Order: sequence, then structure tokens, then C-alpha cells
Amino acid sequence: MAKLKMSKKSTSIDMTAMCDVAFLLLTFFILTATAKVPEPLPVDTPSSTVQTKLPENDLAMLTVGKKKVFFGVKGREVRIRTLELMGEMHNVKFTDAEKKEFALIDEFGVPIEALKQIIAMKGADRNKEGLQPGIPYDSINNQLKDWIYTARQANIDVAQKELNFAIKGDALEEYPQIKRVMDILQDQKINSFNLVTGLRAKPKTN
Amino acid sequence: MAELSSGDDSGGKKGSKKVRSKKQNSKVDLTAMVDLAFLLITFFMLTTSLSKPQSMDLGLPDKEEDTTKRVDIKVDQKRTMTIILGDNDKVTWFHGLVEAPEPGGKPTDATYGKDGIRKEILKRVKSVEEYCKTRPNNKKGDGLIVIIKPTKKSNYRNLVDILDEMAICSVPTYAIVNEFSDPEKALADKLNQ
Repeated sequence: MAKLKMSKKSTSIDMTAMCDVAFLLLTFFILTATAKVPEPLPVDTPSSTVQTKLPENDLAMLTVGKKKVFFGVKGREVRIRTLELMGEMHNVKFTDAEKKEFALIDEFGVPIEALKQIIAMKGADRNKEGLQPGIPYDSINNQLKDWIYTARQANIDVAQKELNFAIKGDALEEYPQIKRVMDILQDQKINSFNLVTGLRAKPKTN
Repeated sequence: MAELSSGDDSGGKKGSKKVRSKKQNSKVDLTAMVDLAFLLITFFMLTTSLSKPQSMDLGLPDKEEDTTKRVDIKVDQKRTMTIILGDNDKVTWFHGLVEAPEPGGKPTDATYGKDGIRKEILKRVKSVEEYCKTRPNNKKGDGLIVIIKPTKKSNYRNLVDILDEMAICSVPTYAIVNEFSDPEKALADKLNQ
């Protein structure tokens, strides 16, 4: 008797609710996920066991790789203000349309004289490898210093907060290059910054 | 997604109004769809949380441009361990001074990682802490001081690796120093050969 009853029971369960939940979550994650934008200067960051995350706002990223330095600030208003201040400093005039377009660029690495051409390009062309030569940071033409300075100024104007700096260096970049960038930051009394690293499992110390 | 009326529900109890046409089972097998949905959920969950880059805080001492204003702080040589980073992932270390190293702390080549330099650092973190406790004017938090000296040929990964070791071994004080004394320079040159 018992065996007969068991076999009668249907094995298929109602999955409608589960399906609903699954798709709801899926939609949530798709919408919250930020699409990874291609970087103009791809770097392979070294890994570390440190777990602290990078701040989301008030951050400027200095990407160092292949002896080039690229610069980027978070926040559209900050970017526009930075460009305005930088334009004043180097006597380059930018139109409103150019400013708007610039606000969408995450990272760039060109001298300010060539910035207009980069802004005029399409997003995909802009990030071609080897196109952007890097921001000049030698002692004769230290535009990186000016960018750092104006970005700090802009962040204070817009968000009333001090800007944080992160260095994203390529693992195989030679130390003097990194040192040079750190020196430029330290010349402006920025003594504390973040080093961007990848994730590595934490080993046991004992 | 409301339940679609199926043959079992409508036909079973209350008799039947439109019997034959509704008998067809309208239930769809959702297993594959649910599988796929959960697979995608897993993918998006993992990628969103992992894509945020980690970062390592680094604080450097103030730079004093005016060399006359520089104050040299003397520290107990028994507390200092110097690590020199060379090219090709080579690394050498000594405890104390190059000329007069502490017992067991002669300049030695090592490798990065768990079986290399970490053992030495951990050993010294312990021993120096013990030593500091025996001193008469011991302040809280005194312990090993690691001086990191990257040579020109070392790369960024070496620096991050060694800073990571500092975090793993919980070294109380460490500093990145770019000046080499003559014997240290000789040591660095030997390493980079």
C-alpha cells in the first residue's frame, strides 16, 4: 500500500515562485553592476593580501605603466571644474560641449595641447593602445603636477572635500618611475595615498 | 506569474464545465530556466563584488626640502632590520648595521614569500619586542623597525610584495628609504650583478 502511494506523488514541484525570485535578483545585479570600461592604459596590478577597498568618491587615479602616466578623477562635476582650471592655467579654451564630453572620460594621458583632439574622438578610438602618449611629467614640462593641483582645487570647489590619490602601477614597472610619481605627490604635501592592488588569499601567519 | 490552471486543479473537485478542451497540461517545465537564472545571478554577484579594486594605504614622512633643517633621528641599531630589493626579484636583508650585524643577522639573500623573508621578519618581530621590553625607557609600541631600500632596478611588484609582508607580519614600524650608505651600496651592487 505504502509503496503504491509514494509512486503516485508527482515529483515535479512548482518552480514559479523560485523563478520569480531568481529573475528579480538577476535584474537587480545586472542593474547594479557597473560595466567595465576599457582602459586606455591597461596595467597588471600586483596582488596583496590587504582587504581595504578603494574609496568611491573624491579619488584621483594615477595609472603608471610602460613609463607613461595617465590621470583620471572620479565625478563629472569635478572633471569639468578641473578642466576649466587647467585650461586657465595653460591658456587653452574649451567649449561647453568639449567640457561635457570630457566629463565622460575616465582616464586620459595626453599633453593638454592635444587634449582637444582626444575629446573629439569617439570613445572606442580613444582607448586604442599606444595612441595616448602619457601626461608629461619631466622637470621642464610638469603637467602632471598641474593636473594634481587643479584636481584638488576642483574637488574642494565642488565637494568641499580633500581629494584622495591612488597609484595604480604595473607590476613590472621599475621602481624609479613609481618613485618619481610619489615625489610629485609629495612635493604638494600629499604624504598619504593608496596603492591599487589585486586580491591574494590571506596566508596564515603561524 | 500566476499559476496557470492545469488539468489537476480545475478538473478534479468541482466537476467540469468545459472538460475536454482544458485537459491539456499547460505547465511548463521551469527547471532549465531557473538553472540559467541562478547561474547568471551567481556570475553577476561574484563579478560585482570582486571587481572593486583593493588598495593598500601608504603613508610617507614629510619631505623636508631644506637639508639644514633635517633632523636625523638616531634609533637603536638592535631594532633595525634593513631589506634591500634588487632586480630579478632578488632581495637581501641584514639586522643591525652592515659593518656590525646583530647575531644571526649578517647580510643574507632571501626570496619573497612564506618560506623566504617572512620567516626572518617574523622571527625578528618577536625577538626585538622581547628585547624592547627589557630596556629601561621602553615606550609602548616600540618594536622592530624595518627599513625598505628599493634599488633602481627593483620593480613595483617587489615594493608591494614587501609592503604586504609588513602587513602580514604586523611589523610595528617600517619606512621606505632611498639613500644608501657606502657598504649598503656595495651590497646592492653585488645583488644586482
